[in-house]
Amino acid sequence: MHKIYFDHAATTSTRKEVVDAMLPYFIEDFGNPSSIYEVARRSKQAVDESRQKIADLLGADFSEIYFTSGGTESDNWAIKGVAESYKNKGNHIITSSIEHHAVLHTCQYLESQGYEVTYLPVDEYGQVNPEDVKKAIKNTTILISIMYANNEIGTIQPIEEIGRIAKERGVLFHTDAVQAVGHIPIDVKKANVDLLSLSGHKFHGPKGIGALYVRKGVRIKAILHGGAQERNRRGGTENVPGIVGLATALELAIKDMDENNKKMLELRDYIIEGISQKVDFVKLNGHPTNRLANNINFTFDFIEGESLLLLLDSKGIFCSSGSACTSGSLDPSHVLLAIGLPHEKAHGSLRVTIGDENTKEEADYFLEVLPPIVQRLRDMSPLYEDFKKRKN
Amino acid sequence: MYSEKVMDHFMNPRNMGELENASGVGVVGNAKCGDIMKIYLDIEDDIIKDVKFKTFGCGAAVATSSMATELVKGKTIQEAVKLTNKAVLESLDGLPPVKVHCSVLAEEAIHAALWDYAQKNGIEIEGLKPPTDNDDHHHDIHDDEE
Repeated sequence: MHKIYFDHAATTSTRKEVVDAMLPYFIEDFGNPSSIYEVARRSKQAVDESRQKIADLLGADFSEIYFTSGGTESDNWAIKGVAESYKNKGNHIITSSIEHHAVLHTCQYLESQGYEVTYLPVDEYGQVNPEDVKKAIKNTTILISIMYANNEIGTIQPIEEIGRIAKERGVLFHTDAVQAVGHIPIDVKKANVDLLSLSGHKFHGPKGIGALYVRKGVRIKAILHGGAQERNRRGGTENVPGIVGLATALELAIKDMDENNKKMLELRDYIIEGISQKVDFVKLNGHPTNRLANNINFTFDFIEGESLLLLLDSKGIFCSSGSACTSGSLDPSHVLLAIGLPHEKAHGSLRVTIGDENTKEEADYFLEVLPPIVQRLRDMSPLYEDFKKRKN
Repeated sequence: MYSEKVMDHFMNPRNMGELENASGVGVVGNAKCGDIMKIYLDIEDDIIKDVKFKTFGCGAAVATSSMATELVKGKTIQEAVKLTNKAVLESLDGLPPVKVHCSVLAEEAIHAALWDYAQKNGIEIEGLKPPTDNDDHHHDIHDDEE
């Protein structure tokens, strides 16, 4: 039985080297970094070294990296923390319509608290137009939050350019880089960002650990009140094994990035080409070239995504979809709707996100089983029946 | 997430297909919400001799369509009118809460096909209500869940 994991944008396995690096901090060096005795000093040192390592890898300073529980907390903190700190300056936030819910729902919450939010549209490929950002800035704008790369369709945003605009206008710029860190080269200075969210488990690190880069000089109120950890800005005993795992995973991801991306790009384009050739009435979602090396997202006309996932699962292939039935809500993916897909097409989407461990043999098996599965669902679909009758 | 019975009916749907010259055809749901069910009935002497379905939708939508056709096949019109979403649910050993609306849709699809049969033949079937507007009704069901 095949077991092909094609859902790397959801999460990744933790690398063995990462687990090995974490293990000592569970049993031997388990001390609380805030304590002063020896076992605690070793865990404090591990936290410091990890912070320095991550700072170096992102072009940041030691004091600009804050550890969090993951991408969701980083996004919440960046947006709420800045909004509160700068509320005397203004109450306007600019974001895009295709952000992750960690950003969108945080912005919606702030709207309920009296803030004003502009949700910028995207083009058919899912790209934000920097000109739109420029036009949306007002005297009251305090923050722009645009994701680095989209989790569903893989489209990479013009972050440097948006950052330049934000800088010129004196507005802070946050980017949710959860899908991008460890996958594309990122230097926070070059990218012109003031705040950046990242999450460990998206690049073979552990779950439950992430970080927020906060440029020196940016004011940010705490959202987790407690002890004096993280320079008084984020209370809570440090997740020492997680922090060590995060730094190790990022170091390895960046070391292997070129090689892995080259391999994944080839495989990605092989799968995109294969689906386009073997299945009729399909459309690639997202930017054709300016997209993450791991992302493949297709719409299959006349069928629904969850059914497709279940049948692929029965063949040992694990993917995801933007259909309503898999999102647990009435509406299909807000990202697919934002790039202009009608509801019925958004329901029929399939996201395949590959990883460096996937092989051409796996891609071939997938491309062999996919067409009959799509046909089987189309033969069952009244939409396809109507389409054929209209055609005849 | 799904019971074994749901998975069985999804993987091996019963009575999937079309019926030419069907006595009654019912379509419910809409593509916008992500599920459409179409039921074909072949009725002779008040008995449902054959039934087929076609469904665009999730695993639960396919499984409830399949189960609903099984529950009415060979039954009298009067028995089919009494089909409820609860019966479909129970026969499938239940569904996750967000998928219960699929069983309602399956019940409505059978009733819509019976209504079509009654209209075509100028008869009245006791206890059968006319199908409601698909769009509105479907949204109501979703709203009920929340």
